[in-house]
Amino acid sequence: MQAAELVEGVLAGNRRALARAISHVEADSPTGRELQRALYPRTGRAQTIGITGSAGAGKSTLVGAVTRDERRRGRTVGIVAVDPSSPFSHGAILGDRIRMQDLTSDPGVFLRSMASRGNLGGLSETATGVVDVMDAAGYDVVIIETVGAGQDEVEVATAAQTTVLVTNPGAGDEIQSMKAGLMEVAQVMVVNKADLAGADTAVTQLRALLAIADLRAWRPPILKAVAKTGEGVPELVDAIDEHHAYLRSHEHGDRERRELARKQIVALARAALHRQALETAEHSGALAALVDEVAGRRRDPRSAAEILLGAVKREWGEAALAEPTPENAAR
Amino acid sequence: MANQRPIRVLIAKPGLDGHDRGAKVVARALRDAGMEVIYTGIRQTPGMIAEAALQEDVQVVGLSILSGAHLELFPRVIEELKSRGVDDVLLFCGGIIPHEDIGTIETLGFKGVFGPGTTTTDIIEFVRAHAPVRA
Repeated sequence: MQAAELVEGVLAGNRRALARAISHVEADSPTGRELQRALYPRTGRAQTIGITGSAGAGKSTLVGAVTRDERRRGRTVGIVAVDPSSPFSHGAILGDRIRMQDLTSDPGVFLRSMASRGNLGGLSETATGVVDVMDAAGYDVVIIETVGAGQDEVEVATAAQTTVLVTNPGAGDEIQSMKAGLMEVAQVMVVNKADLAGADTAVTQLRALLAIADLRAWRPPILKAVAKTGEGVPELVDAIDEHHAYLRSHEHGDRERRELARKQIVALARAALHRQALETAEHSGALAALVDEVAGRRRDPRSAAEILLGAVKREWGEAALAEPTPENAAR
Repeated sequence: MANQRPIRVLIAKPGLDGHDRGAKVVARALRDAGMEVIYTGIRQTPGMIAEAALQEDVQVVGLSILSGAHLELFPRVIEELKSRGVDDVLLFCGGIIPHEDIGTIETLGFKGVFGPGTTTTDIIEFVRAHAPVRA
């Protein structure tokens, strides 16, 4: 199927066209980029929700529970579930469907598993593009479930309007370690597995963190839920909806939307810059020579990095001179 | 990135038997060979398997079955795939499948039937050799 045909299919709600379009966007192929250009003006209608938290926090189960609740409210749901790729083989086992088996037979739900494919953040580099395709396909809600939060957790915030942080009772140390990035990330916090001992302590710890945070106008609510039984899930969906309404109506909404747009552009540009710079560095042979010097203790890694960057800039400068593009020719 | 697109495989267990050791071993082997493997869990209906194959846009579907119901379930998986327009996937299967049934299964469209004693290397090589290339 060609791009134009796929665009038509996606907009018409054809599931096969949607699945194929997602593959193109995920592969970042020329067709994928064409699709994104064509579909982006048709996005912006879906409510987008990010679900993040450490491994084993119950994200998949919670996504399933939230989806069932959204369905009861009459909304259709697209889900993007990201799991890690192996850094060694680049393969992945994507098992999120196991916890959402019942949703497979619901025509109002479309679930797509993605491997992180070794990009910088925990989020697949192309995941935001996939969210956009589902948005254009007309799903009322698009949920993106990300690889367990870690140092890159801030990147999660670039994928969705409302990010939900999932934590558990007894994860006190973990909550402490999240201090720095926490407020940047989550607009809603939920203590999942709240039937276990220590749920109230976890809520108190989160509340204490919020108390010292430099909050903007939106104060993240802290909820308790048991995703497995569905307990607390309607309240969670209500809280997500409240944040969404805040974004739509409040004067801060416009600022938040611009902030999200900025984060998305910067994240994609950073990833592309990183990849292209490394490709140039390896291609030019500069990297290999510096590796020898640093490994032999003849040069320190910091200076080597500077030299590498200089080499890349020179290559790019020469390339720009050799092939004038309409942009730099006009200057 | 665009030039090294991993092969996407769905590993599924149709029907009511709950023994998925074999399916998991195959899933892990394919992962370690650099593929992206979607594993759906046990007790899948043919409709669920076909729908997952569609949504995940996989190139390959592998079915594991130990219950003896393969001649009942496999044709229904094929039907469900066809009714969704999923007509370009490589199909293979494994588990306990009597020798005399292999011919029937192959005529259904399964390119590989892997019984007990198969090495994971055989399966990896089979998938690499036959997975349809996507533009």
